[in-house]
Amino acid sequence: MNNNFILKVKNLNVELDNEKVIENLSFEVKKREIFTILGPNGAGKTTLFRTLLGLIPYQGEISWEKSHGYPQGPKIGYLPERLSRSKFKELPISVREFFKFKESPDEKISEMLKSVGLENSKILEKGPGVLSSGQFQRMLIGWALIGNPQVLLFDEPMAGIDIGGEETIYSLLHKFWKERNLTILLITHDLNIVYKYSTNVLCLNKKAICSGPPREILTPENLESLYGTEIKFYKHTHT
Amino acid sequence: MSQFILSLITAIFIGGVAGYLGSLMLTKRMALVGGPLGHLALPGAALALLYSFNIFWGALGTIVIGAIIIWLLEIKTKLPMETLTGLVFAAGVALSFLILPVSQAEEALIGDISKIGLTDTILAVILGTIVFLIIKKIYSKMILSGISEDLAKAEGVNVKKYNLIYLASIALIVALEVKIVGGLLTVAMLVIPASASNNFGKTLSHYSFGALTIGIISAIFGILLFKLVGFPAGPLIILSETLLFLISLFFKRKS
Repeated sequence: MNNNFILKVKNLNVELDNEKVIENLSFEVKKREIFTILGPNGAGKTTLFRTLLGLIPYQGEISWEKSHGYPQGPKIGYLPERLSRSKFKELPISVREFFKFKESPDEKISEMLKSVGLENSKILEKGPGVLSSGQFQRMLIGWALIGNPQVLLFDEPMAGIDIGGEETIYSLLHKFWKERNLTILLITHDLNIVYKYSTNVLCLNKKAICSGPPREILTPENLESLYGTEIKFYKHTHT
Repeated sequence: MSQFILSLITAIFIGGVAGYLGSLMLTKRMALVGGPLGHLALPGAALALLYSFNIFWGALGTIVIGAIIIWLLEIKTKLPMETLTGLVFAAGVALSFLILPVSQAEEALIGDISKIGLTDTILAVILGTIVFLIIKKIYSKMILSGISEDLAKAEGVNVKKYNLIYLASIALIVALEVKIVGGLLTVAMLVIPASASNNFGKTLSHYSFGALTIGIISAIFGILLFKLVGFPAGPLIILSETLLFLISLFFKRKS
């Protein structure tokens, strides 16, 4: 495989309950990209992620780059959709114990929490369910990042976060992306975020509708054919 | 060894391990998977009494068959767990009342510790210890898959395999429980200590250890009360657990 690519998907077909969810999808992700998958509800975005993780059967080709030291493919940090605080409220569990699922030593956990901006020493003993929504999201990002993954798969990580908090979280993610040589695959509905951070976009509605850098492909015509209705989106000309 | 000591040791091991195992039932999904198995013990106990063999084997037999049915139904139909639970529970109860001799109904329903022998105690100690060690090993993986199955799978947890181990453990413990609390109260012995401990504990380790402890204390308390007042031990153990649960309400963590 060309060294520049970390993921190549060719003629991917996925069926769930005898229904085609993904049809003949082909795309490539280069190293160090922030690759966004855009599409309406039910377009197969989450299914695509689950397929890439090897959680559901598929036809076609998915090849992750196998590099020296990672013969099984790159290490992946994953945040599924709908991982809400309320899930954690059902359980008496501390932040430390949640991180221990990844078998990390205490110092690494504290270090990670610090770098996502959760410096309070008491946070380790708190329950994830009692954190504020912003803190909770930071904690999840830290969780995904612990163990130094090379690729992040984030499925609508900011659902339920207010606009101000969302911006902070994305800039945090952007900071990690710059520092750590990461490749990020992201599912989001927020076109502003896509426009601001994405290096490449795949518009998905069972099959690929369009793909390319956001500036080129986020046109009213493309968005209309993707979502089926007129989407008003104003390009920011200043950067 | 006196019969009293035998039943005390048996109750301590089963009560403790049931409490610990039950602490995995806290997430909705796990409770729904484990709950119906408890109800499947009743027809097995009834069969065993009818043909006079050890009710442990009777209960285990019907639970295992039931567990396999539930497991296959879940994979096959993808129906909501509530629906399958209702189906299996109703079938179990209907079957029991069809075959249960009225004279032996009490033992099948609420247990009889005076029937506990040395074999039962040895079985309880060995199986209880094995189940405890296995659950301890897979505990955090089970909790993670309770939070999010996809997250657990992405971390390399074989969710199907662990679910099966979890179900097998419940089957064993429930079958052991029937001797002490009967076929009707088995689920309570799994669920109440965990519910009480959930109010005391703030971390997983406190919580799971708490459930184990509450299970043991209630077992001792119930058996001692039985010795003192002569009421059946099974209901006394469950009532002790309930009392501890009521006390735990005063300690409820705020979240």
